[in-house]
Amino acid sequence: MIMTVSRKTLKSFPTHIVVFLAPAVLIYSVFMIYPLLDSIRLSFYTADQAGVTTFSGFANYVTIFTDEAWSNSFWNAFKNNMVLFAIHMAVQNPIGLMLAAILSLPRLTGRHTYRTAMFMPTMMSVVIIGFVWQLILNPLWGVAESVMDLVGLADYFEPWLGQEGTALVTISLISVWQFVGIPLMLLYAALLNIPEDLVDAGQIDGANHWRIFWYIKFPMILPAMGVVSILTFVGNFNAFDLIYALKGGLAGPNFSTDIMGSFFYRVFFGFQLQLGNPTMGAAVATLMFLIILVGIMIYLFGVQRRLNRI
Amino acid sequence: MTHWTQNLAKRSGVALAGLMAVAALGIAPAVNAANLTIESWRNDDLEIWMDKLIPAFNKKHPDIKVVFAPLPPADYNSGLNTKLAGKTAGDLITCRPFDASLQLYQKGNLLSLNGLSGLENFSNVAKSAWQTDDGKTTFCLPMASVIHGFMYNKEIFDELGLSIPKTIPEFMAALETIKSKSKYTPLAMGSADQWEAATMGFQNVGPNFWKGEAGRKALIDGSQKYTDAAYVNTFKHLAAWAPYLGKGFKAQKYPDSQNLFTLGRAAIYPAGSWDITTFNTQADFEFGAFPPPVPAGQSECYISDHTDIALGINPASENIDAAKTFLTWMGTAAFAEMYANSLPGFFSLSNHKVTLSDPVAQEFVSWRAKCQSTIRNSYQILSRGEPNLETGLWNVSAQVLNGTMTPEEAAKTSEDGLAKWYKPHM
Amino acid sequence: MNKKHLSAGMVHTLLLSYTLLALWPIFLVLINSFKTRKAIFKDPMAIPTVETFSLVGFDKVLARSSFDIYFSNSIIITVVTLTLTLLIGAMAAWALSEYKFRGNLLMGLYLAIGIMVPIRLGSVSILNLIVELNLTNTLTALILVYTAQSLPLTIFILSEFIGQIPKDLKEAARCDGVSEYKIFFEIILPLIRPAIATVGIFTMVPVWNDLWFPLILAPGEEARTVTLGVQQFIGQYVTDWNAVLASLTLAIIPVMILYIFFSRQLIRGITSGAVK
Repeated sequence: MIMTVSRKTLKSFPTHIVVFLAPAVLIYSVFMIYPLLDSIRLSFYTADQAGVTTFSGFANYVTIFTDEAWSNSFWNAFKNNMVLFAIHMAVQNPIGLMLAAILSLPRLTGRHTYRTAMFMPTMMSVVIIGFVWQLILNPLWGVAESVMDLVGLADYFEPWLGQEGTALVTISLISVWQFVGIPLMLLYAALLNIPEDLVDAGQIDGANHWRIFWYIKFPMILPAMGVVSILTFVGNFNAFDLIYALKGGLAGPNFSTDIMGSFFYRVFFGFQLQLGNPTMGAAVATLMFLIILVGIMIYLFGVQRRLNRI
Repeated sequence: MTHWTQNLAKRSGVALAGLMAVAALGIAPAVNAANLTIESWRNDDLEIWMDKLIPAFNKKHPDIKVVFAPLPPADYNSGLNTKLAGKTAGDLITCRPFDASLQLYQKGNLLSLNGLSGLENFSNVAKSAWQTDDGKTTFCLPMASVIHGFMYNKEIFDELGLSIPKTIPEFMAALETIKSKSKYTPLAMGSADQWEAATMGFQNVGPNFWKGEAGRKALIDGSQKYTDAAYVNTFKHLAAWAPYLGKGFKAQKYPDSQNLFTLGRAAIYPAGSWDITTFNTQADFEFGAFPPPVPAGQSECYISDHTDIALGINPASENIDAAKTFLTWMGTAAFAEMYANSLPGFFSLSNHKVTLSDPVAQEFVSWRAKCQSTIRNSYQILSRGEPNLETGLWNVSAQVLNGTMTPEEAAKTSEDGLAKWYKPHM
Repeated sequence: MNKKHLSAGMVHTLLLSYTLLALWPIFLVLINSFKTRKAIFKDPMAIPTVETFSLVGFDKVLARSSFDIYFSNSIIITVVTLTLTLLIGAMAAWALSEYKFRGNLLMGLYLAIGIMVPIRLGSVSILNLIVELNLTNTLTALILVYTAQSLPLTIFILSEFIGQIPKDLKEAARCDGVSEYKIFFEIILPLIRPAIATVGIFTMVPVWNDLWFPLILAPGEEARTVTLGVQQFIGQYVTDWNAVLASLTLAIIPVMILYIFFSRQLIRGITSGAVK
């Protein structure tokens, strides 16, 4: 039955498919794909002092990987970005999963209120979040310090945002705090979609919440976990705003919070007396694209295939 | 079924409203042909432009409408470049000194101002920051320079019986007194923004070590290197500040430093003269200023009197004549007087004699008579290549304060960066 | 019985402490925006009292910026983008996951590229395009770019959901001779409501919060968004914490109200429309 319908649509290309696809494809192609292709084209050019561009093949890429100053910056940003991603995977997603699991428990009172409150930070602009946390962690204002004093830890307070060893971790945790709502939301929706009779069957068998979660629910939401992971990866490798809001274009101290997005920004648009280099920036952005592409490939052909097999 | 149809109705209603909104928004606000828009990074000055300067201009030229449209300072370079590329930049463009603006001129994004009436009111020194290397073409009309030094809380100085330090040993002794005898933070400066360390620190006190213009020019012609004693000693002096900075200075940003001082919690503030305006409105105590102290035994003094800001014309403007009229007006004595007094701390670069009413601004400008002026040593020519010297100085100055780099390493890093692309240093 | 109560208590303790962590920083901004400058610095965590209460920050914000215009701009941009994205995104997702046609996989991959690429990479080209279309400083420019930016992820998520819809529903309708359009609008759209709610939030958050494109495409006063307005205001009054905290409060409160309002719809959508 299904097959016959599919076969039929294959023969003549029906107008309704075109109608369904056309608006999205049109807007997307004009305002996203064309500008991106144009920028990739730009990465194969160099500009002289007067801004005239000439074709130069892979020269920009060769510079990035062979010139020590460039390659150091690039690999530093890449490494920091991996740290950012690792912290999100290790902290944000487990917390999101835990909260989603608790919120989806049957007969929980006040779940709407909890969920609304927990998603609140995700709704806020990075401009606001960045500023708020900067105020809280600000040694001059002393809020974080006095909170730590309440639990007797005041001596352990340090200007975390300003120290080379702690700045990146601190920013990552601020980002986790803000965006934990996203895995929470996706996993919560996935958990709600689990047929109730499956869970009921488990309950009849006398399994407790813990067992029901790990043996019945968790396998059912693995695809959603996959989606969450890949979204985290893509989001982290596109991140920029929070670093920019908290640490400015130089991503200090000593570039310890520089990630791919801030590196791209600095190269592309310049910084203070450092002039912007659009063609080099385009090359950096193309590399970011490739990194993300590799990540997605690993997901599609490694992780998802295995998930589907389960 | 009814459920679905209801839903459909609801949904199509929303969609329709959305599409209607799109249609309605297509009408772009018409752009008036006689408008001039000024691109600037001085968003702090927005009110003064809107309330004072532009109305004064319109008294003379009521037919030209001027809008001051600043971007946040950190977004200025990137925002301006993108707008220039997209041909949406304003008619008048605020120019940073030297290479950044020179590049804009070379790319055809700034108009040559040769022959502009009003330009004759500026000395060659004032114009040099916005000229081609051969000095033949000027592409921005100089507006103001800023002077570095230190501001201090007079009440705290009185309370502790301190007098103004003239030499570096006196300065360090004063810091030690404040630290040991009071609860005040001796020095209000942080390293989180990095530029504070470089600009208010390194470039503020450095001219006394490298003898102002002599040292700056020697760096350009290659006869001095950043690894020379003068520069290492500047970094060493900077490193000596670290124990006297506020608690958690590594996370302290520029506005935090300003607040620390204006709340009366810090005694001394390494300053740029532009801070005067902010401090006048926020500090409820009397404050004064003193020039950077000299090394022990040195009699002559040097100050950083940096040509900071100018205004040029976007060649793509449709109102070039109006823009020229505006610049000519900015070259008049009336503008110089009004600008300098509306924004104490921005000192006019014109030859007109300007009477300053603000006492602290007067103090700053009086140093020009006692000391020799120079500009920041990384701005002319030396920040043309990569790695960028100015950006590098921000980084190493902050690291010297943080203690993650020794003064010698900072000097070597700066010199190595320069040696990578600048022939006289290779 | 006893054991069950204990675990419920633990669950609520856990949820409450996380809720506190999520809301406390926002609460801190709200209370301090109503205090005098001295009080803000002296005791940041105190609730405003009669002596420390002050509205000086709000006076400044309201006198110096047009927050009302910024809000209506942001709301129009967000609502229109959301509507457009959901409608045409769901249509495309349906076409991709339902019909087997030549180039289906290719089209899916083509539409997925946008998830991976930072759209900022195309900034200069986008600006040129908007200039040529004579759309600078209009809300339309932002809506078009945001729609293009939101479509890939929307299509990606909606395809996953549409793929889970039981086949017999559609087949039954097709046997009755219902047109493909009707199947989509009357059967599928209502069924993917929980996904639409999720996607809606995914689209709305980055659009509402974006700083970059307003800065580049529509920096003018008449098309300025709340985020850009706040950012510029903070840049301008950065040392004036009263004004900064007041502007943050003004930016936070409407989002909170809007969200709490929407959140009820969203939760209802998710719980009632869940695909079983």
